Amino acid sequence: MATTTVKTETFVGKRIRRREDPRLITGTATYVEDVQMPGMHYAVILRSPHAAARIRSIDTKQAVAAPGVVCVFTGKDIKGVGAVPCGIAMPDLRVPPHTILATDRVYFVGHPIAVVVARDRYLARDAADLIEVDYQVLPAVADPEKALAKVVKQRIVSQRLVPMAMETRGVVAEWHGADRQLNLYTSTQIPHLVRTLVAGMLGLEENRMRVIAPEVGGGFGSKLNVYAEEALTGYVSMKIQKPVKWIESRRENFTCTIHGRGHVDFYEIAAKRDGTILGIKLKLIQDVGAYHQLLTPLIPQLSVLMMPGLYNTQNIRADIVGVFTNCVPTDAYRGAGRPEATHGIERMVDMLAAELQMDPAEIRLKNFVTKDKFPYPTATGLVYDSGDYATPLKKALDLVGYHKLRQEQADARKQSKYMGIGISTYGEICAIGPSPATPAGGWESATVKIEPSGKVTIMTGACPHGQGEETTFAQIAADELGVGLDDILVLRGDTAVVQYGIGTFGSRATAVGGSALYYALQDLKAKIKKFGAMLLESEDVTLTGGKVICNKTGNSKSLQEIAGATYRALKLPPNTEPGLMATRFWEPPNFTFPFGAHIVVTDIDGETGQIKIRRYVAVDDCGNILNPLIVDGQVHGGVAQGLGQALWEQAVYDDNGQLITGELMDYAVPRSHMMPWIESHHTCTPSPVNPLGVKGVGEAGTIGCSPAVVNSVVDALSPLGVRHIDMPLTPEKIWKLLATKN
Amino acid sequence: MIAQKFEYTAPKSLDEALHLLASGAKPIAGGMSLIPMMKLRLAAPEHLVDLRALKDLSYIREAGGQLHIGATASHYDVESSALLRQKCPLLTETAAAIGDVQVRNMGTIGGSVAHADPAADYPAALQALEAKFVLQGAKSERVVGATDFFVDAFTTALEPGEILREVIVPIDDARTGTSYQKMAQPASGFAIVGVAARVRQNAGKISFARLGITGLSNRAYRASASEKALEGKSSTPADIQSAAALVAQGIDANSDLHASADYRRHLAVVHASRALKTALSRIA
Repeated sequence: MATTTVKTETFVGKRIRRREDPRLITGTATYVEDVQMPGMHYAVILRSPHAAARIRSIDTKQAVAAPGVVCVFTGKDIKGVGAVPCGIAMPDLRVPPHTILATDRVYFVGHPIAVVVARDRYLARDAADLIEVDYQVLPAVADPEKALAKVVKQRIVSQRLVPMAMETRGVVAEWHGADRQLNLYTSTQIPHLVRTLVAGMLGLEENRMRVIAPEVGGGFGSKLNVYAEEALTGYVSMKIQKPVKWIESRRENFTCTIHGRGHVDFYEIAAKRDGTILGIKLKLIQDVGAYHQLLTPLIPQLSVLMMPGLYNTQNIRADIVGVFTNCVPTDAYRGAGRPEATHGIERMVDMLAAELQMDPAEIRLKNFVTKDKFPYPTATGLVYDSGDYATPLKKALDLVGYHKLRQEQADARKQSKYMGIGISTYGEICAIGPSPATPAGGWESATVKIEPSGKVTIMTGACPHGQGEETTFAQIAADELGVGLDDILVLRGDTAVVQYGIGTFGSRATAVGGSALYYALQDLKAKIKKFGAMLLESEDVTLTGGKVICNKTGNSKSLQEIAGATYRALKLPPNTEPGLMATRFWEPPNFTFPFGAHIVVTDIDGETGQIKIRRYVAVDDCGNILNPLIVDGQVHGGVAQGLGQALWEQAVYDDNGQLITGELMDYAVPRSHMMPWIESHHTCTPSPVNPLGVKGVGEAGTIGCSPAVVNSVVDALSPLGVRHIDMPLTPEKIWKLLATKN
Repeated sequence: MIAQKFEYTAPKSLDEALHLLASGAKPIAGGMSLIPMMKLRLAAPEHLVDLRALKDLSYIREAGGQLHIGATASHYDVESSALLRQKCPLLTETAAAIGDVQVRNMGTIGGSVAHADPAADYPAALQALEAKFVLQGAKSERVVGATDFFVDAFTTALEPGEILREVIVPIDDARTGTSYQKMAQPASGFAIVGVAARVRQNAGKISFARLGITGLSNRAYRASASEKALEGKSSTPADIQSAAALVAQGIDANSDLHASADYRRHLAVVHASRALKTALSRIA
């Protein structure tokens, strides 16, 4: 009987609503805080109120005797636990020993000193107040420049920011002594790496530890880390033989979870009179904080790698100076080194244009690496995979109506109105990355199982926590196998369920993890065809629309029939094992290098200094787009955080090392009503380095945004001789410029 | 972010609430200021009495030619009240400028006013409206005017054991225009500076002007010098500018991370001028 081929619906490239959203929107998702266990105990951590102090003594007697308290541990009580790890090795890198609890010295406000464990969180919190610590307060250094000799050059600050995941960190540790098994629920972006490293800290065999990242409510890099509390909660559970929960308060999140940025940069840019860029020089001062966390020393190196931006110059020089301060460590925050670099470069290019009286769009078009030069090796040792930098800029200029706006601006200036047009053309390093360029392996893994019923289960080694891969990975698999989205389940975040993986960060999950998935699917498709051919007794078959079809007879076997046959195994094709499961560990040959152009039009209130964003045009090229809805969401979120840095957010420490923007009443995270309308558009230059042609888009918005905003405001104020303003662009800063320059 | 232990009572009647308050309990309504302070352990009341449990205290009604607003009317209740929109639009405009949607759903006019945060929005409008506050104790009640009610930062004329039961505002005629202009602190939504203007015109001249200022100093106040400067003027831009220039006269301005004293003074002048212009433009 001949059958016609069913033309199945395809999913890749469509605006598919996120399959993870129903549980998130209805409040039924399980976060670490939602994990309940019989006999649960609660840990509260006593932290240093001082930025620098010697601990003379700690008296825990009253706390131990308080109602409901089971035990109190101080640094001296913790035996046999390794240091909080720094994953970056460099010659002469000074890595101070970082114990999970302080012993005789504290180095930042929030430094953990003791842990109180009680059968109730409230009792534990009350008891923590009863611990008496005798401190000898020492002078603190909160300003990295104060620890260094003075240098005078063009100084550009990328201020410290608080990553501010909506869900704070939290850990539940459950020790089964008889089985020698530690289950650790933690809000992390990297469950497998946490398992390897925390098992190492605790002296536990890695296979005796299971790490589960349940629903993770945002990370932005702050959960791309291994923290003292992960080992501490595990340690306490092992000691008291009970499950223990520690949930970070928002105040702790401000003072004890890593911060981002924290740069003071000194840039020089050289060019010919015609605007041809000759070279860029940078001295980068990185505020390290009190310790190196997992990737701290890597972040300024990413800035240096990114220094050429999109421009055709082989002359790059950079010096990095890391300065320890009595503040919480800095580490990866959305973009991790690339926004800092892009901000500096894009500001310098604008300054150069002003100096040479060139149009900022023109000077960029003149200096872009041209389309024919790819793959393009940079002075910093990268090879840009593919690019077409002029196209998104031209598209953005068209969309915003650039020439008309410049005319309007000229008219506005005649009426003493301040209107600015700011351009940033950014590049990115994504799909992190080839293993030799990363500290812990840069590959990613995927397993695909087709169950006997034909249903598909994907286990990804990446750990999506808001990026939507439960949807995009299902789209990829649905199209490859010819099944529906509802036939597919995507699992992640549990080391007992998922093969070893690296995690989600650096816009890598789809480009690297999705590619691993793609190859695992190819393996399975080959096996499906083999079984289909055997069942159809034909050599000439095609897999399409969820069926294997004999090209001669038109006879077909459904995926379900074939899956059943692989497990029933009455008959096997030659040299073929039963079952339908494939695992791939895919090593990317290169990073990917997305790019784009953002244009921001601002109007400044000449009386108050307030900035109003009139237009925000983003043209991002992230290669092929699997789901435009999700890409839009990533761009919007990225731009929101970029605007946060440009206009509002700053982690401010006073001279004593106290964080004075340490709560949401003072630290201005952008709210929905503060957001402009984002006109999000794309160009598409597929990446040649992976089979999906995707590049990554998680950080693009953040990287493109801040220089476009600052360039726009500086442009508005340029008739007054303003050349640079450091972020955040508070109305008072603008008002002072208006008052002094007018 | 875990509060200390406290007792909690949801009283059935105002008398019961007053009785508990007389024995040292602290009232709570929306909790938009008190709860965060308790979580940070900056406040540790032993006993909270929840006034929102008193259903009959959230009214908004007209009586005797005035408007009466029960203490537990939420900011959203005020913002969305058709009666207030028609007869006291300054109050609806101000309520709509408070914090964010969540805060406006939970926070109450009585709680905000009794807390007397020096950067709260309502006090500016209530100063400009010459509002009256009904303070009820266990044995008696008294009525205090706005100028006497706001004493200092977080300090009002309320005595221990008293609650703010009602806010009374006047109904202005059609020759009166009002406006509330503020610059919000981007993190908290509180006013860096907020100015409420209420002006009346007669035969082209300003016959009456009231200006309430918040955020600038330790308490919301009336800018009397500006008010006097406006009376009898014909509201030219120069008249408004010279009156607005007086709003911060003699005021010890606040200074913090979000705005220096100089900037706040400047913003007070700018916002006074804008509030006056807008108010005048709204006169029918």
